[in-house]
Amino acid sequence: MAVADSHNTHDDHHDLYDHGEFIAHHFDSAEQQFDSGKLGIWLFLVTEVLFFSGLFVAYTLYRTNHPEVFEQAHVFLNKYLGGLNTIVLLFSSLTMALGVRAAQLGRNKNCSVYILITMVCATMFLGVKAVEYSHKWDMGILVRSAFDLTYTHPTPTTEIGKSLHISDYLVYLCVVPALLLAGFLVASVISKLVNKATLAKFMMAMTITVSGYFLGVVIGIIFMNATEGETGSTHASVIVEQPLMLMASTQDDHAADGDHEDGDHDHDKAAAGSSHDGEHADHEEHFGSHPADGGEASFDAHHPDPSTLSRDVGIFFSIYYCMTGLHAIHIIAGIIALAWVYWRCLLGHWRTDYFGPVDYVGLYWHLVDLIWIYLFPLLYLID
Amino acid sequence: MSDHHEDLPPFCHPVSTKLLFGVFFGLIGLTILTVATSALGSALGMPPAFAFPLAMVIATMKAFLVCAFFMHMWWDKSFNVLAFLSSLLFVSLFIGMTMIDTGEYQPTIEAFDINNLANVEVSE
Repeated sequence: MAVADSHNTHDDHHDLYDHGEFIAHHFDSAEQQFDSGKLGIWLFLVTEVLFFSGLFVAYTLYRTNHPEVFEQAHVFLNKYLGGLNTIVLLFSSLTMALGVRAAQLGRNKNCSVYILITMVCATMFLGVKAVEYSHKWDMGILVRSAFDLTYTHPTPTTEIGKSLHISDYLVYLCVVPALLLAGFLVASVISKLVNKATLAKFMMAMTITVSGYFLGVVIGIIFMNATEGETGSTHASVIVEQPLMLMASTQDDHAADGDHEDGDHDHDKAAAGSSHDGEHADHEEHFGSHPADGGEASFDAHHPDPSTLSRDVGIFFSIYYCMTGLHAIHIIAGIIALAWVYWRCLLGHWRTDYFGPVDYVGLYWHLVDLIWIYLFPLLYLID
Repeated sequence: MSDHHEDLPPFCHPVSTKLLFGVFFGLIGLTILTVATSALGSALGMPPAFAFPLAMVIATMKAFLVCAFFMHMWWDKSFNVLAFLSSLLFVSLFIGMTMIDTGEYQPTIEAFDINNLANVEVSE
């Protein structure tokens, strides 16, 4: 029943008995299997869109009710770093599409190269993201309940942090990738020693993939310094140019901050915030310890209570971390799926009548890109 | 394997590299455009009421390019396209219904006495 020659697809349009190596027994033909898989992945993508839409609802709701919070908060996001990441992700989408094309033509070697580039771009994206996150954590820009904005960067305490002048948080974010890098490298060498050439190649590709993360970190730091000035005093210039009522939330006595606050009085809202600085400091501490009371008092967008403003800015970053964090988790899942596709490239599995998995993983990857296409202007380009 | 597309099974539609690169450069161009309009818009004092829809229109153009060509929707079965686009209908319902409801607790919020939190907690 199982006819071996499944390459023979062009003259008999998949008759019932043309079962190839990878065609599951419950499918009549390669085409039926492909179409079923494709419908399945599209339905999965529908659930993904709806999954993310919950966060888009949160975003829409808060932006409609508190547009001023979004205007204050977005200056803390570096739109050039976001733009860089957009381009990295778009490029990975291109290589993914080229990879699908290569698989459709049965060119496993080309496909593996494209998939590898896609994976490297994915880890690069995460590397840049790690620079962004650690930079914000340094400044106390965290989710709403932990939001405690200070414009000073703490001096690194870890040895690596001190020697490279990078944030401790960035060092911590690099621990897992560093372990993976070492692990894959060792696995590659061992596989080579025991003559498992394909496995060695796969492990080497994974090593290259993970090193993309560190490339992203380096590019991210360079890019951030170029667009924001010195690492130590980063954002000081932004604050001077765009004083915020956020200053209300800084309760420290840093001389530098005091200078900036004077500039706030040009702006009505900002003045309202900063003039009540000392007065409401205690209130804010109090509110901070009652996250359950959170959003309620702040819904009145028309008459914002100065003492509640900093809490709202924290809400923007709660939304920011949820959206970009969930997106980052999808990137990690995508890398794992891509690694599987890469492995099967090495085994030479893809043929003109069997490329479904590459196509499906590609569709997933493009969806991750698609979500970023919306996240980028929604979070980074608020003006 | 052959590069001649007539040798391929009917469900296999490789997109030409020329088109893929064209789409990619289009996407890059639109990304630069959206950053530029955002930067220029704030410099020239473009009202947010105009800047936001503009950014969304550009994002949707990018989404169209990715969906239609990278995701092969242009050549895909119309049922798949319909299934995927229907998700947008549900998303708009989700957002729309929530937005309608957002004022529901406004009276409670307005009654909330910020200087008398102890009372509020007791009443809860």
